[in-house]
Formats: sequence, C-alpha cells, structure tokens
Amino acid sequence: MTPIVSVEQVSKSYKEQGPLVLHNISFDIEKGEVISLLGKSGCGKSTLLNCIGGFEDTNTGQVLLEGTVVKKPSKRCVMLMQNYGLLPWRSVLKNVELGLEGMELSKQEMTERAKHYLEMVGLADNASALPSELSGGMQQRVAIARALAIQPEVILMDEPFGALDTFTRYYLQDELMQIQQREKMTIILVTHDIDEAIYLSDRILIMKPNPGEIHKEISIQMAKPRDRSDADFQHYREMIFKEFQFTNVKAEIEFNI
Amino acid sequence: MAILRKFSPIAIGFVLLIVVWQIATMIGGHQAALFPPPLKVGEALAAIVSDGSIFTHIQISLFRFFMGYMAAVTAAIALGLVLGRLPFIWQVIDPIVQVLRPVSPIAWSPFIVLWFGIGNMPAIVIIFIAAFFPVLLSTVSAVKKVEKTYLRIAANFEMSEIETLRKIILPASFPMIANGLHMALGSAWIFLVAGEMVGAQSGLGFLIVDARNALSLDLVMACIVMIGVLGLILDKLIHYFEAWVSRIWGGAK
Repeated sequence: MTPIVSVEQVSKSYKEQGPLVLHNISFDIEKGEVISLLGKSGCGKSTLLNCIGGFEDTNTGQVLLEGTVVKKPSKRCVMLMQNYGLLPWRSVLKNVELGLEGMELSKQEMTERAKHYLEMVGLADNASALPSELSGGMQQRVAIARALAIQPEVILMDEPFGALDTFTRYYLQDELMQIQQREKMTIILVTHDIDEAIYLSDRILIMKPNPGEIHKEISIQMAKPRDRSDADFQHYREMIFKEFQFTNVKAEIEFNI
Repeated sequence: MAILRKFSPIAIGFVLLIVVWQIATMIGGHQAALFPPPLKVGEALAAIVSDGSIFTHIQISLFRFFMGYMAAVTAAIALGLVLGRLPFIWQVIDPIVQVLRPVSPIAWSPFIVLWFGIGNMPAIVIIFIAAFFPVLLSTVSAVKKVEKTYLRIAANFEMSEIETLRKIILPASFPMIANGLHMALGSAWIFLVAGEMVGAQSGLGFLIVDARNALSLDLVMACIVMIGVLGLILDKLIHYFEAWVSRIWGGAK
C-alpha cells in the first residue's frame, strides 16, 4: 500500500543561510494512522505541520499527498487551528458549511451534511448559535465538525486542545478517538503533551530542536481505547520522558566541563 | 423614569444653550436683526415649517447627501478591499491619498463647477470627496488587520480571491469599516452646506445664502438649527447601524 503522506528529506530555514528549522526529515504515514509530532516548543513541529499542509514551502525535499507533491493548501488536507479559527459572524451551522460551499452540492445537501457532522460532535442543538456563545471546548468541536464535513484525506491538528482545561481536554480526546476509529481518518497531531500523544497515537515522532530533527519514533502497541492508568501506558510515558531527559543530559555534561 | 433619566441631561443641555444664547443677545448690544434671539429664530423656524417650504429644501439636501455619500461609500469600500490586499500597490497609492486627503473639498469647487456644471452635481461631488477618504483609509487598514487565521482557512478551503474577499475579508473587516462610515458621515454632512453654496438653487445651504442676501438673519439661524438637528439624527442612525454591525458581525472579539 502506498503511504497517504510521505515526507521526503524536508529541510527548511526561514532566512537564507539562517539556522535550519527543519533538517532532513523523512517519514511515511499510512491511511488511517494517527501520528503525533511531540517535542518542546521551538523544535519545529508546527513548522513541519505547516509544510505538510502546504502553508509553508520547504527549502529542500518535498511532501507527497497520495503521490502528488503538496505545493499549496488544499481541502484534501485540512488544518485545525490552535485558536479554532471559527468565523465569529457565522452561526455554528454556517461555519461548518463554509468548507462545503465550493463543492457541487445543493443547498439542502450541504445543510444535511453539515448537520450530520454537527451531530457527530454532539452539537446538533447549537447549530444556530454564534461561536462566541459557545465554550472553548464546544468551539473546538465545531472546528472538528467543519474539518470532518469536507471529508479530507488527512486532518492536521496544531495543539488542538492546548487552550482547554484538563476535563474538557480528556473528554475531547476521547471523542476525537472514537470518531477517528469510526471514520478511519488519518490524523497528524502536533503536541507537547506526552499523555495526549500516547492516548491518541499509533506512532509518536519525538522531535528535537536546533536543527529540528526526528529524534526517535515510537510505536504505541496498545489497543484503543486506552487506559491512562494502565501499566503499559505508564511504561510508554516513562520511555518518552527518558528520551527528553536524554537530550537534556547531553547539554549538561558539556556545561560541566 | 428611565426615559426621563436618560433624556433629562439632553434637555438640560439644550435649555442651557438657549439661556446662554438669550443672555448673549441681551448683553451683547447687537440689534435683533443682526443677532437674532431664540424667540425670533423660533418664529422664523415655525414659519418655514408651517408653510412647508423648508421640507422641499430638506428633501433635496438629503437626496444630494445620500447620492454623494452612498457613491463615496461604495467606491471607497470596493477600492479599499482591493488595495488592502495589494500592499505593494497601496504603497504607491498611499502618498497620493495623503496629499489629496487634507485638501478641503471646497477648494475643488472652481473645477467642480467647470467639470460638472451647476445644479445637484457640485454638492454631490463635494460630499463624495468629503466621505471618500475616511472610508477608503479605514477600509484599507481594516483589510490589513484581518486575522491571519481566517486567511489560512480561506487558503485551506481553496477559496478564490473573490470568494475570500466576499466571505472572509469583507465581514471580518466590516466592524472597522463601519467605524469609518460613521466618521465619513459627519464630515460629509459638514460639507453639504458648503456644497450647496456652490451653484445650487435649492437645499439648506442655498437657503442660508438666500436668507443672507435678503438680510433675514433669523432665517439663517433657523437653517443652522435645522442642519444641526438633522446632523444629530443622521449620527444617531448610523450609531445604531454601527451597534447592529458589531453585534451581528463582531462576534467573539
């Protein structure tokens, strides 16, 4: 099976001759996989996500989406923004319809499809509300429904639950995982939350900064839904935690000499 | 009670103005014909209202005002939306705008009469110039300030440039544009009178010139009062419009 996304030797720096933000990154993603890019802030994980989505150019290397080179953003690969990116002047339903308006759909089909996905995220009753009338968690669910409604090949998420409180975050992670299992979507998730990465992903790519590289790839061999208090879960958490300490220790030794 | 509490400061303000005016006419020592007291002006006002002549003038003035204002708003918003998206071209246009903007529309009046003749057009053109620049500048700066997230979404959803303008940029910048509409309304109304002093044979501005020529200064003052009151009403109307815009379109901000 050909991978749905292939990142091929991607390097990027913002200024010419400037420091490399991404250095020679390559990996493949299969259809239906959930991948997390995990790392501290400044390790280039958001930049990498932007390159995959076509929002930023790569200096060398390329990103392939189902075999074709990604040059600009497209509906086949939808990005969920950190601050949800809902249009405040449109109702919840109209926000979900936004991505469908360019398609060859009748008004009725469009509304039906938007309502279907609103129902999926449990917001069918809020269709006529304005985004400002909803809580942060509900707004993120609208954004998820909007992305799903387009039926993209890949969904990119940039710290999607970062601004939410712990309970809402757990709840939404659960919901996202259930929808993902049902719809078999491919998700690439950027996060700095180790728990979130283990809970949701099939594979975790740990990134390290200066220049941004993939430090290690970890496959999570646990059945979903996962239990956060499970021994295996703790094992993965410890393993990832050590990876981060490892990158720190190196710096400390240099300092001691 | 609530209505009383809301309007009593306004009422007090106007009563105070009339009292000061009355005192000024009494201690100023001018003849009543040269500095008409409130009562005389009230009489003049009542006279032109009761014979209905003022309403034809108000009507023609409002007609010119809305023609000029609406044309300016339409042109300025359309141009502003495009120029705000083309920063390089705006860098070229901006200095030209900055040179033209401080010129009083009245300064153009010799050319306006030559190019547009007399009648309704000079007043409409002058109002157009007065309203155009505030709306253009506020539109351009509103478009530049549209949140980058919205533009990323437009790109992600493969919207064309036209669609992006219509569905994203116009609504996102509209609250700030509405602010510009408010400012433009004020300056355009100020230039209505001046515009009608150039080659018009009707309207509130013409009425003032006509009354001055007849030396009936109580009528001049009555027109001034009328212009002020109408200006206040227009300002209130656009204020409600602005509040409506920010309620409907402002959303989360």
